Amino acid sequence: MIDLDAKHLELTKVGIEFPTPKGPFCALRDVDLKIAKGEFVSLIGHSGCGKSTVLNIVAGLYQATTGGVLLDNKEVNEPGPERAVVFQNHSLLPWLSAYENVELAVKQVFKGKMSKQEMKDWVNHNLELVHMTHAAHKRPDEISGGMKQRVGIARALAMQPKVLLMDEPFGALDALTRAHLQDSLMEIHQELGNTVIMITHDVDEAVLLSDRIVMMTNGPAATVGEILKIDLERPRERLALADNPQYNHYRHEVLTFLYEKQRKVEPVATKKANTEKKGKEVA
Amino acid sequence: MKEATMSKVSVLELKKTISNIGNEKSKAIVMAMLLPFIGLIVFLLLWSATAKNIDTSLGQFPGPAQVYEQSTTLVNEHFKEREKAEAFYERQQERNEARMKVDPNFEPKIRPYTGKPTFFDQIWTSLYTVMIGFLIASVIAVPIGILCGLSEKAYAAINPLIQIFKPVSPLAWLPLVTMVVSAVYVTDDPMFSKSFLTSAFTVTLCCLWPTLINTAVGVSNISSDLVNVSRVLRLNKLDHVFKIVLPSSIPMIFTGLRLSLGIGWMVLIAAEMLAQNPGLGKFVWDEFQNGSSDSLARIMVAVLVIGVIGFLLDRIMLMVQKFVSWDKNAVLR
Repeated sequence: MIDLDAKHLELTKVGIEFPTPKGPFCALRDVDLKIAKGEFVSLIGHSGCGKSTVLNIVAGLYQATTGGVLLDNKEVNEPGPERAVVFQNHSLLPWLSAYENVELAVKQVFKGKMSKQEMKDWVNHNLELVHMTHAAHKRPDEISGGMKQRVGIARALAMQPKVLLMDEPFGALDALTRAHLQDSLMEIHQELGNTVIMITHDVDEAVLLSDRIVMMTNGPAATVGEILKIDLERPRERLALADNPQYNHYRHEVLTFLYEKQRKVEPVATKKANTEKKGKEVA
Repeated sequence: MKEATMSKVSVLELKKTISNIGNEKSKAIVMAMLLPFIGLIVFLLLWSATAKNIDTSLGQFPGPAQVYEQSTTLVNEHFKEREKAEAFYERQQERNEARMKVDPNFEPKIRPYTGKPTFFDQIWTSLYTVMIGFLIASVIAVPIGILCGLSEKAYAAINPLIQIFKPVSPLAWLPLVTMVVSAVYVTDDPMFSKSFLTSAFTVTLCCLWPTLINTAVGVSNISSDLVNVSRVLRLNKLDHVFKIVLPSSIPMIFTGLRLSLGIGWMVLIAAEMLAQNPGLGKFVWDEFQNGSSDSLARIMVAVLVIGVIGFLLDRIMLMVQKFVSWDKNAVLR
């Protein structure tokens, strides 16, 4: 269905170093990734492994120290609306209504390309896509966290991005709201066929939504550990998948990577045993 | 008579309290009114008791009663002075008309009334001066503050200057400002008097700093997420300032503006006293030099009026902030 050889978004040997008082800190090294048009890719890994850094480099908010990012064979070196970002904490302008937040993006991106009426329709269309028409004239502090994130997604979609970048978009939401938004996101992806890169901590979310899951090793100098292709029919049904052996196999793969191959925290029992051993050696 | 009204008020308060027992909200309102009222009464009692025991070379220190009496005198003096002025202009008019009848070629001249400015004239002068000085300062300080908040380089360049000039007392500036104004502002037909400009510029010099610093801090503390939104949207510099920076730093800008206006008002009174520029400060100084038995009470009236005006100016700024601010639910104090 998706042609994986098509070069749409290409990360080549991407590495980044941050200067610190103790010398440069290498956060990422040799990240290689090719993403096809219309593909939904999740980045998963432990906290602090540099997932967000990868996303920010693709967004152009950070500059890679080594390597680079190509989008449709053009180098990415600054932020722009063709790589729209959905931020973790929605980042809506609190003084604008939901409608005005989306409108700001639409006016900026389609200035001179759309008439006033077209812009208005486009804003409303995108709010409708995320089911927020009823609260279009409410300000962010008047709507719930899930609704804010919906508006954030509408704002990003309204830019008609080539790539939609989502930085743990549902991380701050409760489980039920998150499930609703995941379903909405699948629907929208089905309809629009955007290329999506999403960062997540949530194994179920990654398996449910993605075409591929990119699992990252722990930092410093984090890189791509394994890539798991998810071959599940779309549209996917959360309930039906719960008993699907293939689905559970994928879950297991990701969990194995996260909790065995890249275990971050030593279990308390082994830690205790180790210190006891050390103590005996000293004695 | 005063006593009677007081007790009437407290009886009313009491009735209100009784009728509203159980009603938490009205109770809170009563408390909010009752407590400041009690505070005021205690203050007045302490004041009158203490004043009786202080004897100065200008007589006894004025208590609330004398101050009240003088405040009515000042009001009456104002109206008398206005009547005099009107009478003066009427006489002039009559004289001119009479001369016009005799000599049609006569060009009438209207000479301005040169009477002494009353207490209320001085209040108006001070208010006008402080507002102009404050406006000039704000027009300069807010843009520079935004620049300092946006660019670390600009901040590094300007910060030492701010730190050096901020603690300078306005009165140290006063002689310099006076000399510069008299040297530079030379016209045959002055739109503003020199004393007005001197006072206003002195106020400006002191109003600059709190606004500048608070604006810079407010702008530099904008959430990085909002800045990223602006970068992803590729907003140009001007749109970035007007659509992202200004709305999010409004609370800090207003904190600065309110501090500035408060300082400006204090500075102005001092400057007027020192430089003998017209205004409330001059009124206080003139009364002090006058040294009559009423002087202290009249100065006390001025002190209270200065305080009330300072309070009102702050409230007005708060109202402007409420009007401009997008967050209507924010608790402003």
